[in-house]
Amino acid sequence: MSKDQFEYVLRAGDDALILGQQLGLLTGHGPVIEEDIALTNIGLDQIGQARAWLSLAGRLEHAASSELTLRDEDALTFLRDAPEFCNCLLVERPNGDFGDTIARQFLYDNYAVLWLEAMTASSNDEMAGIAAKSVKEARYHLQHSSRWVLRLGDGTTESHSRMQASLGRMWPYVNELFDVDELTTRAASEGWGVDPSKLRSAWDAGVNAVLAEATLSRPDDDFSMRGGRTGSHTEAFGFMLAEMQFLQRAYPDCNW
Amino acid sequence: MNSTLFDAYVADEKKIEPKDWMPDAYRKTLVRQISQHAHSEVVGMLPEANWISRAPSLKRKAILMAKVQDEAGHGLYLYSAAETLGVERDDLYLDLLEGKAKYSSIFNYPTQNWADIGAIGWLVDGAAIMNQVPLCKCSYGPYARAMVRVCKEESFHQRQGFQIMLVMTEGSAEQKAMAQDAMNRWWWPALMMFGPPDGDSPNSAQSMKWNIKRFSNDELRQKFVDMTVPQAELIGLTVPDADLKWNEQTGHYDFGEIDWSEFKRVIKGGGPCNVERLAACNKAWNDGAWVRQAATAYAEKKSSNATR
Amino acid sequence: MSSETKKKWPLWEVFIRSRQGLSHKHAGSLHAADAEMALENARDVYTRRNEGESLWVVEAVHIVASSPGDKSTYFDPANDKVYRHPTFYKLPDEVKHM
Repeated sequence: MSKDQFEYVLRAGDDALILGQQLGLLTGHGPVIEEDIALTNIGLDQIGQARAWLSLAGRLEHAASSELTLRDEDALTFLRDAPEFCNCLLVERPNGDFGDTIARQFLYDNYAVLWLEAMTASSNDEMAGIAAKSVKEARYHLQHSSRWVLRLGDGTTESHSRMQASLGRMWPYVNELFDVDELTTRAASEGWGVDPSKLRSAWDAGVNAVLAEATLSRPDDDFSMRGGRTGSHTEAFGFMLAEMQFLQRAYPDCNW
Repeated sequence: MNSTLFDAYVADEKKIEPKDWMPDAYRKTLVRQISQHAHSEVVGMLPEANWISRAPSLKRKAILMAKVQDEAGHGLYLYSAAETLGVERDDLYLDLLEGKAKYSSIFNYPTQNWADIGAIGWLVDGAAIMNQVPLCKCSYGPYARAMVRVCKEESFHQRQGFQIMLVMTEGSAEQKAMAQDAMNRWWWPALMMFGPPDGDSPNSAQSMKWNIKRFSNDELRQKFVDMTVPQAELIGLTVPDADLKWNEQTGHYDFGEIDWSEFKRVIKGGGPCNVERLAACNKAWNDGAWVRQAATAYAEKKSSNATR
Repeated sequence: MSSETKKKWPLWEVFIRSRQGLSHKHAGSLHAADAEMALENARDVYTRRNEGESLWVVEAVHIVASSPGDKSTYFDPANDKVYRHPTFYKLPDEVKHM
């Protein structure tokens, strides 16, 4: 069970980590100082969540097979290669323009709030605890990204078409969030995890309502991109890891 | 109120508030100084933000993000203080973007290795704090209040920087070399942060009279050297100055000649990163134009709906 | 840059209640396009270190302020009303607390 739990928690940790890494790239480059500070705050929350989930993942892995050395948050962040990362593809989409950043955040936040709310009922106390702390942050992120979807969607002609295009770019990565596989099935049936497909209707309702108010149309489900959960990532991902992991790889076994 | 009364008033440690009468020159001096200070905070985000994506641990990544975010906050507090003098932030910022406004020349140097993040926190923020603490008692209320907030937040910056250096000097040979390399590159620019020597600082005397400035450039620089040299010794770093030595008689360190021609060159645009820094600021601003316009348009729609 | 609409985001003043039981106190200002944004920005700019648990934001143009020129007219008349202060009243030494 611990091995399942390790893999399951790793997904949550990787989602938060990769999104945090992306938002960190925006610090100092925001459209206005106040929003620079706001996006950095969201990024900091994501890094904080990543640390909590990844530390727990390391302990769960160690509990499953104690012959393995314990991997802490940094070992899991800096010393895994791309196929071992199991974040959803949505969070590794590039920052793009502000519309892309907001679209990615908005679609993800809607999922994160629902998933974290469900996880507060996990039979595993540590998972439930991290979820309870994180869900407060996620609700704030959702409020922030939703308001920006409204402003951009219902702002100027230019912002409307840019926001619509951004949504279209991110939309193929939505379905993966709700994919059921053997791991999520066992996690849900054993009571410590969540069946993601059960979150879909609430996600649709939440997203549809904001899109409608923002005068944006919901993109078609023409294509779905998948593979993040099983370690098959987008092209940009390797570059992101190369950058993120450089110091730990170039100078192994150092304290920083 | 007139200039003579005003001078006596501020000399008596009294505070000036936004709507009070003040000489034009006082207002101009403040707008120039506060906006340059704000620009420095904002441009100063860039060299450090370079390393957020490459921070060597998640803890360091979080600390660095929070630190760079603070600089944005400081820029904002300062622009707000400047705005109380009847100027608009966007206008000040456009002066920066067009290369018409100055900012601290130190941020035109590149961050080449991770120890630079340590050196910036320890030396650059250390020097900044030394400059800023006296400003908490500046005669202009809004500036003084902004500086109180800035200084309160800044103290963690210097500590986290010193700690990065400390850990690296206790680490591998490569880490020590990185730390020394960073020390070598940041030491002299940090000393330049206090501004030209007293004999060559035309605005200083008036600013001291108005209680905007409380210590001379050279006094603060000496204080910084005296404080920092023992810290460098403690962590085994060599200060890159062959002339540096303790002077028993004065009770201060003597130190070598600063290359003021480099200082002037960097201020005029000839530093290693002047072009990149301004380009990054311009790109963020231009890329954000449609976002700012959208928010304005949306707010107008909502308020006209509400009043309809 | 010059093509940007002249309309800028307005200035907002931020007031923070640092804890329950205290009044809101002016903390600083910021720019925001609308009230919701002003509140969020105030949270992110001025309460990153647990400075508060309640926020007010008000658009700066809506604040009506007394002017320094009125200072003497407004505030000097209170100077000679010493009888408003408890120290004005001499009490016999026997009365220790009142």
